[in-house]
Amino acid sequence: MSTETLEKPIEKKPAEPLFSKRRKKYINDPLSSDNPITIQVLGICSALAVTTQMRPTLIMAISVTLVIVFSNLLISSIRNLVPSRVRIIVQLAIVATFVTLVSEVLKAYQYDMYKQLSVFVGLIITNCIVMGRLEAFAMGNKPWDSVLDGLGSGLGYSWIILAVAFFRELLGSGNVFGWPVFDAIGLSGFPTNSLMVTPVGAFFILGIIIWVQRTKSGYIER
Amino acid sequence: MQQSNTYIIVFSAILTIVCGGLLALANQGLKPRQEKSVELDTKAKILGAVVDLKGTKGDAIIDLYNESIEAITVNSEGEIIEKDEKGNPIIAEKVDVAKNYKLAPKERLLPVFKYHKAGDKNAVEAYVFPVYGKGLWGPIWGFIALETDLNTIKGASYDHKSETPGLGARITAPDVIDRYKGKKLFNSSDQLVSVLMLKGEKNPATMLDDHHIDGLSGATLTARGMNAMIESYFEYYSAYINKNKSSASTTMAIAQ
Repeated sequence: MSTETLEKPIEKKPAEPLFSKRRKKYINDPLSSDNPITIQVLGICSALAVTTQMRPTLIMAISVTLVIVFSNLLISSIRNLVPSRVRIIVQLAIVATFVTLVSEVLKAYQYDMYKQLSVFVGLIITNCIVMGRLEAFAMGNKPWDSVLDGLGSGLGYSWIILAVAFFRELLGSGNVFGWPVFDAIGLSGFPTNSLMVTPVGAFFILGIIIWVQRTKSGYIER
Repeated sequence: MQQSNTYIIVFSAILTIVCGGLLALANQGLKPRQEKSVELDTKAKILGAVVDLKGTKGDAIIDLYNESIEAITVNSEGEIIEKDEKGNPIIAEKVDVAKNYKLAPKERLLPVFKYHKAGDKNAVEAYVFPVYGKGLWGPIWGFIALETDLNTIKGASYDHKSETPGLGARITAPDVIDRYKGKKLFNSSDQLVSVLMLKGEKNPATMLDDHHIDGLSGATLTARGMNAMIESYFEYYSAYINKNKSSASTTMAIAQ
């Protein structure tokens, strides 16, 4: 009853460089042509919810990336020990452990951000990107490859939510990282659009990013 | 071999123990640091209602707090309470406003924080009152500082558990807090009218007066929670406030 991912043949080359061409693809692909948010359309929920301001978004991006990387590493290291019948539960338990750790650390050292992100840190557990990478990649690949894959997906998620947050904070509250941009360039009367502050604004920005990206890459949904 | 029930049970048990142990360890290890964060946050909120804390950080906030805040606890009759039912002294900072919120208003312990010039307890410059209520998604709370006339709002600081970031969560933003500054809770005949946040944002200036402030676009329900919170808490505090108002005016009368 083993899954096909388990049997994926692993290329055997004597001492493949740490960042070989194949491995670079693990990082580069999720940044653009296989982006978790814009192409796979995963993790949309948090991309809409936390992106009203840059600072919490940055913390969120770092947290998600750390959780993906470490759970990918751990699952990949024990992939041959995990009984396939309970593998989803095992993945969930490990993701939940890392998320709780992140949340505890935030509470201790970044209390303001911890309060601002509130439920969304806990909700990283349900972020489809994390579980998706574990099930689709880490269960069938070696630890180092999995770390790179996790890093790729994490960064792919991060740059999209940071881009969304940049435009939402700029157009919605006139700030970037809480710094008043329009006041600084002498346009203090610039009208901010409160639509951008609502999740609807994130849909628009996300839609535009996907549009631009697909026009450039010619990707068509089949 | 890996598919046998025994293997699965043993594997799951080990996983649970390892994960649980790790979390327990992290929780214990980070607890002192977390408690300090919470204490710092509370004291910064109390002080933040009166002074601009920009640039002050960490231990400096706690030092400033110890120098310039005198805390007392009163009941809804305005009487100062120093000991609880068991005879233990009550520490105002440790009074859990959230827990008291569940009691009947008459039984609640209501802390009052007096802000005075560093070192001189008699030179009170502001009174800080904690408030607590319900927002849209969860509790909201805060501290409101009144001038020595116990009517004009000198400053405030608010916080929330789970209001929507960018919408209801804006109650913590300085520009929203500034709207409360200078507003009055009582009318000229000492009746409580509270300060109400209007629905919608960028309301015409004609709608804003001593008792009304501009609202939050997209967060009308949070604003309603704020209104209910401020009104109800100052009702509980009104006995204390009236007592101190009259004592302030009598001393003034004597002085004249």
